[in-house]
Parts: sequence; C-alpha cells; structure tokens
Amino acid sequence: MKITQISVFLENKKGRLYDVCHLLGKNNINIKALTIAESDDFGILRMVVNDPDAALKALKDSDIVAKQTEIIAVEVDDRPGGLAGILKVLEDNGINVEYMYGFVEKQSDKALMVFRFDNIDEAIKVLMKNNVKVLAKNDVVKL
Amino acid sequence: MIWEEKIECMPLADLKNLQSERLKELVSYVYKNNPVYKKKFDMTGITPSDIRTIDDISKLPFTVKDDMRDNYPFGMFSMPSEDLAEIHVSSGTTGNPTVVGYSKEDLKLWSTVMARALCCAGALPKDKIQIAYGYGLFTGGLGMHYGALEMGLTIIPTSSGQTKRQLKLMQDLRPRVLACTPSYALYMLEDAAEMKIDPAKSSWEIGIFGAEPWSDSMRNEIEDRWSMLATDVYGLSEIIGPGVAQECAHKNGLHVFSDVFYPEIIDPETGKIVPEGTAGELVITTLTKKGIPLLRYRTRDIVSMTNKKCICGRTSPRISKIKGRTDDMIIVRGINVFPSQIEHVLLSVEGVQPHYQIIVDRKAGRLDEIEIHVEVEEKIFSDEMKKLQDIERRIQKELESILSIFAKVKLVEPRSIPRSEGKAKRIVDKRSL
Repeated sequence: MKITQISVFLENKKGRLYDVCHLLGKNNINIKALTIAESDDFGILRMVVNDPDAALKALKDSDIVAKQTEIIAVEVDDRPGGLAGILKVLEDNGINVEYMYGFVEKQSDKALMVFRFDNIDEAIKVLMKNNVKVLAKNDVVKL
Repeated sequence: MIWEEKIECMPLADLKNLQSERLKELVSYVYKNNPVYKKKFDMTGITPSDIRTIDDISKLPFTVKDDMRDNYPFGMFSMPSEDLAEIHVSSGTTGNPTVVGYSKEDLKLWSTVMARALCCAGALPKDKIQIAYGYGLFTGGLGMHYGALEMGLTIIPTSSGQTKRQLKLMQDLRPRVLACTPSYALYMLEDAAEMKIDPAKSSWEIGIFGAEPWSDSMRNEIEDRWSMLATDVYGLSEIIGPGVAQECAHKNGLHVFSDVFYPEIIDPETGKIVPEGTAGELVITTLTKKGIPLLRYRTRDIVSMTNKKCICGRTSPRISKIKGRTDDMIIVRGINVFPSQIEHVLLSVEGVQPHYQIIVDRKAGRLDEIEIHVEVEEKIFSDEMKKLQDIERRIQKELESILSIFAKVKLVEPRSIPRSEGKAKRIVDKRSL
C-alpha cells in the first residue's frame, strides 16, 4: 500500500530544478507525480518516481540532499466533491493530512492523489474501511 | 570650548613628563596589586625600577583580550572587587564575557574624559543631550551620561530603541546634542519620514557617534540629511568605555586623551612600533586607572596616528577612523560578533553541522543586517516544510539570545558555501564602510 516518495532540498536558485530533473532523466528515472513546497529561501521538491532507490542513489552521488518518505496514492472520483468525500472520511476519523498533490496520469477514469500523513498506517486502515482505493506499489510503477 | 585646556593643550614636553610620572606610578601599582602582571614582569625579568620615562613603555609586556578571559572575572583587577563602584560586562564569545570595573576615582576619570569628549565635539554647558546609546552593562549609555553630568548638560536618557518616541522627544524637548551609533542616526531617517518630520529641521546640531565602524560617506549622509555636525567618538570597555578619543569640529582625526590613555601603534605581527602615520594596531595603556588598569592593551583596531598639533589647539595625538580589525571579529550595530559564537549555536542545534557563512550587509539608510547561511545536511532535511522552517527559527532564536541582535538564517545546499583550500570563507562583509 505504501509508496516511496523522494524529497529533495532545493535552494531558490536559477536552474536548480532543471539540474535535478536532468539528472533523473539521464539515469532513466521517470517522474510520475511532483510538487514543490517553497519558502522565501528554499524549496522542497517531492516526487513519486518509477525507481525510488535508483533515484536516491543518483541524487546522493551528485551531493544533492534527498530522502525517502512513505506516502500513499489514492483514487479520487473525478467529479465535483470527489476529493471532499475523502477528506471528510479523514476528518471524521481525526487523521491529519501533512500535504497532498496530484498525479500527472490516471490509472482509470479516476484522479490519483498522493497523501502524506503523520500516521500512515492508521490512515490506510481508515481509508480502506471506507472503501477508498489505495494503490499498491506496483500500480504506480505501471503507470 | 576646551574642557581642560591646561591638560588638553599642554606643550608636548610637559605632556611627556606627566605621562612618564604616571607610568612609573602605574607600574609599581599593578606590580604590587595584580598577581597576573607581577608574574608577567617576573617572567620577563623586568622590575618597576626599569621604567623611568614613558619611552620605557616598550619594555612592558602586552595585555591581550585572552588575558581578560583567562582571568575571568576579576583576575586582571588591581583592586578587590568589593571596593569597586561599578562593574560593566561586554558581550563575550563562546567563553566568558569581558568584565571591567571602576573604582570611584575611575568613575571620576570617566566623567572627565567624557566631558572632554563632549566638549571637543562642540557641546556647551546648558545644552540638552539625547543619549540614545543603550544604558546598562554596555558602557556606551552610562559613559556618555557621566560625561554629560560632569559637563553640566541637561540629559535626556532615552537609551536605545523606540525610534518614534526618540523622534517625538527630539521635537518636543529640542536637544542640541545627539549621542548614538551612526547607523542608528541613519535608521531614524525612515521613521522620521513616516512621521512626516523634516530631518533638516531637527533640533540636533551635534552628533556624537561611535561604538561601530563608519565611513565618511555615512558621515556625509548624516550631516546632509539631519543638517548636523557628525563627530566620531572612540572607546572600548577594557580601557574605559567611550571617552578614549574624540573628533573636534575640524573632523581631522580623533584626539586621544593621551595624558591618561597612552596610545602606541604597532605592527600586529611583530609587535614593533610603526613610523608615525603608518597604519597599525592601536595599543593603549591606562595611565591612571585603579580598578582594572591595563598595560599596553592590544585593541585589535587598526588605525594610524599623527602627533601634529590640531588647529583646535589640542596637542594630544590624533588617530584616524578605524580602518579594520586584526582579528575576524565583526561589529554589527555596535555589537561584537565572533564567528565562533555562531559556530557554537549551530552545533547546539541537533543535527546541524557548522558549515556556515556570515553575510553582513548595510542597505542605504538601514541598520546592518546579518544573514547566516547554513548548509543543509541529510540529518536535518525533511520533506515537511514546517520542520525545516522550524530549524531556521530555532537557530535564529538561539543566535538572538547569544548575540542580542537578530540574524536571519537561510538554509542552503551542501557545498554551496565557497571553500578556499578546504577552508570555508566564513565572513562576507558587503558593507561599504
């Protein structure tokens, strides 16, 4: 159920995002989903890739600060109120979302979103109990 | 007006005799009362009887900042601490702060030299003075205060900060003299603009600015915009605080009150006296202090000195504005900042490595700003923004409590701080002084 996300520290400097994406491309790593959180001085690039271990190695070898985190990918009904329905389940069960972002591609006619929780196991349990589809690792790689 | 004309304009030969007499007395006094100096003398084989004139001063050992720290708190004193009238403490590095103390006589001396300084800047008895240097352990506020009291000025002890109130009081109470750091004088211009005050119409006619290095262009700006005379005052707490040297209205060097603070300029590498007019490290001997008299104290300030008589009539030597420091200490808003302090703070925050760079900048009309770039290591990196920002905040808070000024912390990528020969360049001073 859990998917490995790569997060990367980026200084707010011209060309930094390109450097990282270029490096991953060169190593034949495909980015499936991506988001950037930013402060005044720096950003955190978070992404789901087809091979997180190879990605981490490539980044570290280039002296880029990166780490892996566990997240989940969830199917969201592609209709008004689709996301709200999932968030309601989480809220009713007292589960806090750290952050979330969308996938570039779809697996079916449903949208795919990445969720990061403090308590990932509890979140998975609650979502499954409420019939929300949480993607398996293989599903994501196949995208 | 010259506060003590007899001394300040004394013929050089007489001044030299006075200095010689005072040095002899000083040397026997510290030899008798301070074990650290006695040991220094005994080790070099010098006895007080070897010192007959002021020229013999070069036989004496130097005193350095480390002597103060190593003998913290009272080891360098020549008087039991219970006999002191006042104690001041200046910002320390990672180790101990520097403690200085004044006997009643020393406070009288401080009052006198500061009165000379105020007078030298052009203050007159019955003038009002706004003292916007910090009062407290910092010597700036109280030193000015004692001198103003001695001179018979009317004191408005606003201390530092609360700029709008400073400006309101200036408008309402009409002080003629302002004492503060030069960067604060510039900083106040912004608040004045907000308050719709025309600075050119301020009541201030004379400014006594010091406690940090400043340039002639800063002086020009202060003088033009506030329409006042901006003079430079020099001092350091180890010697007495403010009141070691002061510019007169001719602004042609700072008059050192050399009958009580004997200046020498040395090559900081060799310790030898440099020729007149050559830049070197300023070394001062406190000829008459009783609480904590110091022999040949190395200020680490780089200046040049001239013995030529000034147009104002004062005969004492004049030093240039500070041209630099012999060590890597930086002075920001009047506060001494050592790279080692910053290193210490970084190490105290879990997981942070001391790979850092200090950037000091002064934007036009603003106070100095410090930014600390800290390289992010894997240990502290998180995918959560709030955790990284929390680290920045924790370092900032810790730095502020140690340095007493705000320093912005910026996380940067590893190895982004330039290293020369494996050693990172710690300080980037962008201020054009």
